[in-house]
Amino acid sequence: MSTLHTVNKSPFEKSSLDACLAHAGTGANVLLLEDGVYAATTGTAVEQRMKQALDSVKLFVLGPDLMARGLAEDRVIQGITVVDYAGFVDLAAENDKVQAWL
Amino acid sequence: MSETIKQFLYLNRKAPYGTIYAWESLEVVLIGAAFDQDVSLAFVDDGVYQLTKGQDTAGIGMKNFSPTYAALGDYEVKKIFVERESLEERGLSLDDLQHLVWEDEDDDYAEKDSIKLVSREEMTAIMDDADVVFSF
Amino acid sequence: MKFAIQINEGPYQHQASDSAYFFTKAALEKGHEIFRVFFYHDGVNNASRLTTPPQDDRNVVDRWAALAEQHDLDMVVCVAAAQRRGMVDEGEMQRNGKDATNIHPRFRISGLGQLVEAAIQSDRLVVFGD
Repeated sequence: MSTLHTVNKSPFEKSSLDACLAHAGTGANVLLLEDGVYAATTGTAVEQRMKQALDSVKLFVLGPDLMARGLAEDRVIQGITVVDYAGFVDLAAENDKVQAWL
Repeated sequence: MSETIKQFLYLNRKAPYGTIYAWESLEVVLIGAAFDQDVSLAFVDDGVYQLTKGQDTAGIGMKNFSPTYAALGDYEVKKIFVERESLEERGLSLDDLQHLVWEDEDDDYAEKDSIKLVSREEMTAIMDDADVVFSF
Repeated sequence: MKFAIQINEGPYQHQASDSAYFFTKAALEKGHEIFRVFFYHDGVNNASRLTTPPQDDRNVVDRWAALAEQHDLDMVVCVAAAQRRGMVDEGEMQRNGKDATNIHPRFRISGLGQLVEAAIQSDRLVVFGD
């Protein structure tokens, strides 16, 4: 069953992202939103982990949350897709369920 | 009420008492039991702390809700999955958790274990199978 | 497609209610149906009609109420969580002998069964929280 996982925590404060990636099956979709977007940019301590994750899951990041935090889209790791709220809705609809890693 | 039977998964990743999520999540499980869905509970990460035995809240002035987990069997909640890796990371084993059981009426009301220790890989499959995931 | 939305955090303290609002709005604009918006944990505080944010900030409660008005949304506040946190409607005021109400008329207080029913009846449950 295809799943959209959502992560809304900074990877530097909480383990939600690690927990999500450890349980997301191959081909799953993962959306970073709210403080979760800090995992999406280049040059961070988690960049390698994100690049590895891209081998097995599709990663998305919520654009309005990036912008709000002063992170330009050109800083997003290549392979991570930026979506807006409409894109978030599409992801939720396209997958069979949404699993929030609160 | 609907005829639909869905696979419900209650995902517990938070420890008790520090925040109310664990207790209010358990309240949903108890109410939800009346809806005759296919219910599973998953305890991963700090969620495993919810099930430890010997909880005594006398000193913090809060209600000890841990006995409620022992009542889950009476609510026909019999699939309680605990992730082994989450336990081990926290220096815990199955012996540190409450012994939760349900009565199998098809087997002369024999008491059967509700808790099933699963690997992270098995937990991934359990999550994958769910139709609906409740997060708190 | 039918969506159910669950909100676990109160307004202003956490972004959860804002994210849920923009998700719900986008879903409605795309022609999806919102079966119910369910407020749980501190999320029940989103229903206070007494909220008074500074003028240069968004009004989270009024914003939900306006969206609900426009799309006839069913916005349900969990009764058990509401009682603990002092969210009161007319019925709760009388039942529990309180001297005031504070719930916005676009919201209604009801049981947790409403969340479970929403999860059964909807195609997707989307949870926003901490």
